[in-house]
Amino acid sequence: MPTLLLQQGRIIDPASQRDETGSLLIDGNRIVGIVPADTAADRVLDARDKIIAPGLIDMRVSLREPGNEEDETILTGTAAALAGGFTTIACMPDTDPPMDNRAAAEFVILQAERAGNCRVVPIGAITKQLRGEELAEIAQLVAGGAKAFSDAKRSLSNSEVMRRALEYTRMMNKPILHHPQVPELVAGGMMHEGYYSTLLGIPPMPAAAETIMIHRDIVLAEMTDGQIHLMGISTAKGVEQIRRARNRGIRVTADVTPHHLFFLDESLRNFESKYKVNPPFRTQADVNALLEGLQDGTIDVICSDHQPFAEEKVSCELDQTPFGIVGLETLLPACITRLITPGLMSWTKLLKKLTINPARILGLESGTLAEGAIADITIIDPRASTLIQPDHFRSKGRRTPFAGMNLNGKVDTVLVSGAIKFTATSA
Amino acid sequence: MNAFQDYFKNGSIPWTKTNLLGLEYLSAAEITLILDQAAEFKRLGALGITKHPLLNGVVVGNLFFEPSTRTRTSFGLAAKRLSADTVDFSPSGSSLSKGESFLDTARNIEAMGVSLMVVRHKTPGAPEFLSQRIQAGVLNAGDGTHEHPTQGLLDLMTMRERCGSLAGKTVALVGDIRHSRVARSNIWGLTKLGAKVIVCGPATLIPPRIEELGVEVSYNFDEILPRVDCINLLRIQFERQRGAFFPSIHEYAHLFGMNSERLGRAKEDVVILAPGPINRGVEITPDVADGDHSVILDQVSNGLTIRMACLYLLHCRQVDQASRSPCII
Repeated sequence: MPTLLLQQGRIIDPASQRDETGSLLIDGNRIVGIVPADTAADRVLDARDKIIAPGLIDMRVSLREPGNEEDETILTGTAAALAGGFTTIACMPDTDPPMDNRAAAEFVILQAERAGNCRVVPIGAITKQLRGEELAEIAQLVAGGAKAFSDAKRSLSNSEVMRRALEYTRMMNKPILHHPQVPELVAGGMMHEGYYSTLLGIPPMPAAAETIMIHRDIVLAEMTDGQIHLMGISTAKGVEQIRRARNRGIRVTADVTPHHLFFLDESLRNFESKYKVNPPFRTQADVNALLEGLQDGTIDVICSDHQPFAEEKVSCELDQTPFGIVGLETLLPACITRLITPGLMSWTKLLKKLTINPARILGLESGTLAEGAIADITIIDPRASTLIQPDHFRSKGRRTPFAGMNLNGKVDTVLVSGAIKFTATSA
Repeated sequence: MNAFQDYFKNGSIPWTKTNLLGLEYLSAAEITLILDQAAEFKRLGALGITKHPLLNGVVVGNLFFEPSTRTRTSFGLAAKRLSADTVDFSPSGSSLSKGESFLDTARNIEAMGVSLMVVRHKTPGAPEFLSQRIQAGVLNAGDGTHEHPTQGLLDLMTMRERCGSLAGKTVALVGDIRHSRVARSNIWGLTKLGAKVIVCGPATLIPPRIEELGVEVSYNFDEILPRVDCINLLRIQFERQRGAFFPSIHEYAHLFGMNSERLGRAKEDVVILAPGPINRGVEITPDVADGDHSVILDQVSNGLTIRMACLYLLHCRQVDQASRSPCII
C-alpha cells in the first residue's frame, strides 16, 4: 500500500485529547500514527502552519436526490461537502419520495459510491411518508444503512408516536433527530416573534414553540430511556432546559448551526430570503445562550443544516420561497470566525463538535486520528481566509447570508480513506 | 405658496426616493411634501383643472396580485389624470395561473415600457423584493400586513384638513392592529408628524412590542374615547384571521364598535375615519358612518390626489436622474 506523510502540522484529535505538532503517517486507507518528520513515504504533504484534524462530519444535510435534482444531487452535494472539509455527511430523509424504506436508503449509499466523493450516512424517516402517523420500517432501514431517524423539518407533534419511536429505536440503539417546534404555534410564520415581526408585519414564530416541544421531548426521553437529539436549537430557554435535563442524566443531545450564531431576527429587515430559516434567527440574548451552551458542552454538535434550492425557488416572494440556506461550504470558516478568532472556544473544543461528537451520536467509527483508524482527515489553514462567493460553490444551492463575507480560515486538503479528494486552489 | 411650489420655483425638488415602499422610510419633510402636492392637486381640481400633462408619455403599470377595488381604481384614475398611459394586471385569467412567477410577470410588464409600477401583493416585502430587481420605480399599494403607504398618506391628509397641524393631536387606531398594514403606515406617518397614537383592540389582535414603535396600547375603547381627536376604525381582516382571535362579531362590536352612543362620549369635534371597505355594523354603525363626524368619503377623494402626488414625485425623480446622466450618445 502507498504511504503518505502529512509533515509537521498541528495535529489535533479531540477523541484522544491530542494537540501537538508532528507528522502523521498514512498507509493505504489507515492511519499508522505520529512518526518522526523524516520518515520515508511515497508521498509527502507539507502541513507546516496547518491543522491536521479528523475528517469533519456534518450531521444534518439535505441532498434532495431523489426527486428534486434541480436543487441538489448526491454528486453535487458531496462535492460541496468535500470543499467544505467534510469527509462524512448524514443526509436527511426529506427527499421525494422520502427515505422511509430500505431500498431508498440503499439508493443513497449507492449514489454516494458512484459519486466517489465523501461518505454519506442515511438518516431514515421515523414515520411513513414523514406524515407523523405510523412508524416507518425502522429495522429494515437500519439493515439498509440508516444510522439515525428523523422526520427532518416535520415536527413529530403526536406524543404517542414520538413515545413509540423512542422505544422502538432504543432497541437498535439509534438516535431520533427531532426538529422541536409546536406546529400550531408557528403556522404561517416566517420569522421570530418580537419587535421586528411586529414592525415588518411578517407572521411570527414564537420562541415558546421551541421551548414547549423541547420540554415534551425531554420528558419522553426520560420516560422511555430513548436517545433523542434536538436539531437546531435557537432559544435561550431551550438551551437551559437541555442543560438541566443532562444534569439529571437524561439521554438528550443537541446541535446548532453556525448561522444561528451570526444573525438576529432584525436581519430580515429588508425581507431578503437568505435570512429566512427554520428555526428563525432570534435575539442577541438567544445567541449569547447558544454560545454558552456550546462552551459548557450543553450543545454537542455544530452542523450546517444544508438546504439547497434552485434559483427559481429563491427568486420569489418571502412566503413562496422555502426556509433554508446552504451551509456545507461556509460552516468551517464561519465557525472559525465566530468562535476561534474572538477566543470563545479552543480548536480542540470546536473540532470535537465537528468530529467525534457527531460520530458518537450517529454510532460511526470515524471522527478520530487514532492509530489504525480510517484515514479520513481534514487539513485546515487557520491563517488563510475564505471569501464566500456563492457563484463558485460546488453545491447547486447558492442562497447564503454569508455571501460576500471574508471569513477566517480555509479548508486546505481533504482525505477520505487515505485518498486526497480535495485540495484548495491557491488564490 | 406651499413648500412644493417654493422648491419647484428654485428648480429642484427635495425628493430623492426612487420607490415608495412605506412611510417608515420617509422623513417628516418628505411626507409633508407629498401632502402639500396632493393639496395643490386638490385645489386645482376644485377650480376645474383636473387633467395635467405632467406624465405625458409615461406608462404606469398597475400590478394587483391581491383583490382590490378602491386602491386599484384610485391609482388608475390618478395616472390618467396625469396623462399617463396605464397597463393593468391582475391574476385572474393571467399568466400567473399558468405558473409564471411574480418576478417574471413584473419583468414582462416592465418590458412594455413601464417606468412606474404600482404593486399590491399579499406578501410583506414583495414591493421591496421587486424594487431590488427591476428598473421601474415601485409604489407599494399594500403588501400583506406590512405597509400601505398611500392609505397612510390619505389618512394623514384627511386628518390634517380637519385638525390643521397634526402635532400634539391624539389619534386612536382601533381594531385589528396585528393584521393591518394601514395601522403600520398610520403609526409611522402620525408619529413622524408629531401626533400621539393610541392603538386599541382585542389583546389577540395587538402584536407584541408594538409600544416600541412609540404608541400607547389600550384594550379599553371607552376609556380612551374622551381623549382622542381622531379615530381611525380599521377593518376586521376576515381573510387574514388564522383561528379564533375573538369569539364573535357581536362581541367585537360590543367592545370596539363605533356607534352613536360612543360618539356621544367622544370629543365634540372628533373625526371618524375608516380605511374601508367598511363592515357596516361591525366596526361602525351606519348612522356614524354616514354622519357629520365621518370623513370616509373625503378619504376616498383625497386618495386620488395623494396617488397623483406620489406618481408625480417619483416621476420627477426619474426625470431628474435622467437629465443628470452622463450617458449621452
